[in-house]
Parts: sequence; C-alpha cells; structure tokens
Amino acid sequence: MTRKRRRLLVLAIAMGLLGGATALVLAAFQDSLVFFYSPSDLQAKGAPGERSFRLGGLVEEKSVVRAGEGRVTFRITDGVHAVPVAYSGILPDLFREGQGVVTEGRMRPDGVFLAREVLAKHDETYMPREVADALRKTGHWKEGEKR
Amino acid sequence: MALHRFANPARFLRFSAVALPWFSVAAVACIAAGLVLGLVVSPADYQQGETVRIMYVHVPAAWMALMVYTVMAGGSVSALVWKHPLGDLVARAAAPIGAGFTLICLVTGALWGKPMWGAWWVWDARLTSVLVLFFLYLGYMALQNAFDDPTRGEKAAALLAIVGFVNVPIIKWSVDWWNTLHQPASVARLAGPSIHASMLVPLLLMGAGFTFYFAAVLLLRVRAEIAARRIRALRLVAMEG
Repeated sequence: MTRKRRRLLVLAIAMGLLGGATALVLAAFQDSLVFFYSPSDLQAKGAPGERSFRLGGLVEEKSVVRAGEGRVTFRITDGVHAVPVAYSGILPDLFREGQGVVTEGRMRPDGVFLAREVLAKHDETYMPREVADALRKTGHWKEGEKR
Repeated sequence: MALHRFANPARFLRFSAVALPWFSVAAVACIAAGLVLGLVVSPADYQQGETVRIMYVHVPAAWMALMVYTVMAGGSVSALVWKHPLGDLVARAAAPIGAGFTLICLVTGALWGKPMWGAWWVWDARLTSVLVLFFLYLGYMALQNAFDDPTRGEKAAALLAIVGFVNVPIIKWSVDWWNTLHQPASVARLAGPSIHASMLVPLLLMGAGFTFYFAAVLLLRVRAEIAARRIRALRLVAMEG
C-alpha cells in the first residue's frame, strides 16, 4: 500500500468513526435538540412540571379570543391533539388562525399553557398574493398536504 | 482525473488568467439581474409582504456558506492525502469568503426573523448549527496563523476543516430531523420547489451570481498566494546567494 492510499484510508476511517459518534450523540440528545414540543408530544410525555418549555403547532381555526388589553387566548393543534393557550402581549405580524406558531411558557395546573412569548412560524411556501387568491378560488389551496 | 491537471500551479495560473475575467463579468451580470428582478420586479409574498425580498440575499448566502465550506474541506483533504500543492492554497483562500457569506446569512436572517417570527435570534437547530459553521471558519483562520511554522499551521487547520465537515449535513437536514422554528427547504426538495416561478428566477440568478463571485475571488486569492510564495522563495534564494 502506498503512503497516499494509507493516508486516505486512515482519514476515511476517522471520518466514518466521527460521523458515527456524532450521529449517536445527536440521537441521544434528540429531546433537547427539538426547538418545541407538539401537543401530541405533550400528551405522550406530560408537561415537565413547573419548568418552562416551548409548545408549537397550528393556531386552531376559530379559537382566537381577544379579551382586550393585549390579552388573547387560542388553541394550538397538530391535527390530533389541541392545547389551550393564554398570552398577553404583542403578537407577531404573521400570527393568525391556521398559521404555525411556537410559544414559550409553562403549563398551569388547570391545563392551560401560559405563554410568555409567541413566535410565528413561517412555512416554506412563497407566492404572490394574486396566485394565492387564485388557488383559494379554484379550491387547489394546500392541495396534497395533510392538514 | 481532470482535476489533477489544475493541481499544477503553472497550469492553474494559465487557466485562471483566462477564467477570471469571464467569472467576474458573469458574477456582476447575474447579481445585477437578480437584484433588479428580486428587489423591483418580483411580487410581494402573500404572507410576508415586502419582507420576502430579504430572501434573495439570505438564501443564496446560506447556500454559499455550505458550498464554500465543502470546497475548503475538499482542498484540505487533497492537501493532507495527496499533498496537492494547490489544496492548502484553495482552502486558505476560501475561508474568509465563506466566513463573509455566513455572516451575511446570519445578519439578514436576523433582520427577517424580527418582523416575521417576532425574534432576532432563537436557539433552534438550524440557527445554532449555522452559528457553529461561522465559528468553524473563524477557528480555521485563527489556527492557520497560530504556529510559527506555516506548514504545521496548515496541517492543523486542514484537520479542523475536515472534522468540521460533519456540521454541513447537520445544517442541511436540521430542519427535517428536528422541530425547528426555521422553515424547511423550499427549492431543493423532493416534491419540487414550493416557490412561485416569479420569485424562484431571481433567487436562482442570485445563487449563480454568488457562485461566480466566489469562483472569481477564489482564483484571484489563490493567484495572489502563489505570487506571495514566489516572492518568499526568491528572497530566500537572494539571502543565501
């Protein structure tokens, strides 16, 4: 074996091991690497007590109730489970029903998620307003998506 | 292998002298057309409004951040394994360009995040891994110049560049592997682009322009480095003679 071949082999093995180790570490820390939990995750694992965490999903249609003075309640859903959320403060521009959001806060004993912060999550679809309107009119809106 | 031919510095100098003006003209043309189409002609987004125009700089800069790092790691492998004379030169020349693109990506992303998400910065997997990429670029440049003996510095930095490459697939697929606030890919996805053509064309033009820009600056920097090494070698000869 030439020295070049040996160097290549050593490098390839080292990179393979490093890649494997990284994959194992990432898999082990899966829970802390997710930015938010979905309502289904919450249902499955339970709320982490008094500790603050992030809850994400879609704002359920017709669930937003504005109580004045910036207080608002709504429900976050992932299509299977839904969690009621209470928040008081300024909402981001993209916040609306059917839109993805990520909220940070903690679970109240009565099962309402008390949000300290609400972030809007934008999806990967980009189009002009006229196209969006035309799609809605012809009923092809969000065609082929699970929602 | 065709690439071996360019590993010879004399051949590289001849090739780059021809290619440099073409790459420069292509970069200026693509970026100018992309900016006009993106900032003036293309429509506002149905949800983001005018803020969508940040994308025409942010997304190509992010692509380049990953592409330049891949070039840097490739150059480092060829320098360590095959001792190509140009491997280290290419990697060294690419690093500041890649760091620049990464910084543009981070800054424009923050400017977009504040109005759209409601936060300049969040510690989700995509944003954090791109920040790590930025630090890898900085670490690579620092390590290269940290030794009195330049060849030792180059070797250590090349190892760092190769080890750091594990971060590149993590950045690319972070949005698919974990829940992130950052949206998933819109262009390079199995179901085809989810961007309307009127927005995709300026985006791709900007991507092509940034790529030509990178190629031109890379050639220029490698040529400068070759010239600097020649001067150093000549000085050594003169001192001895």
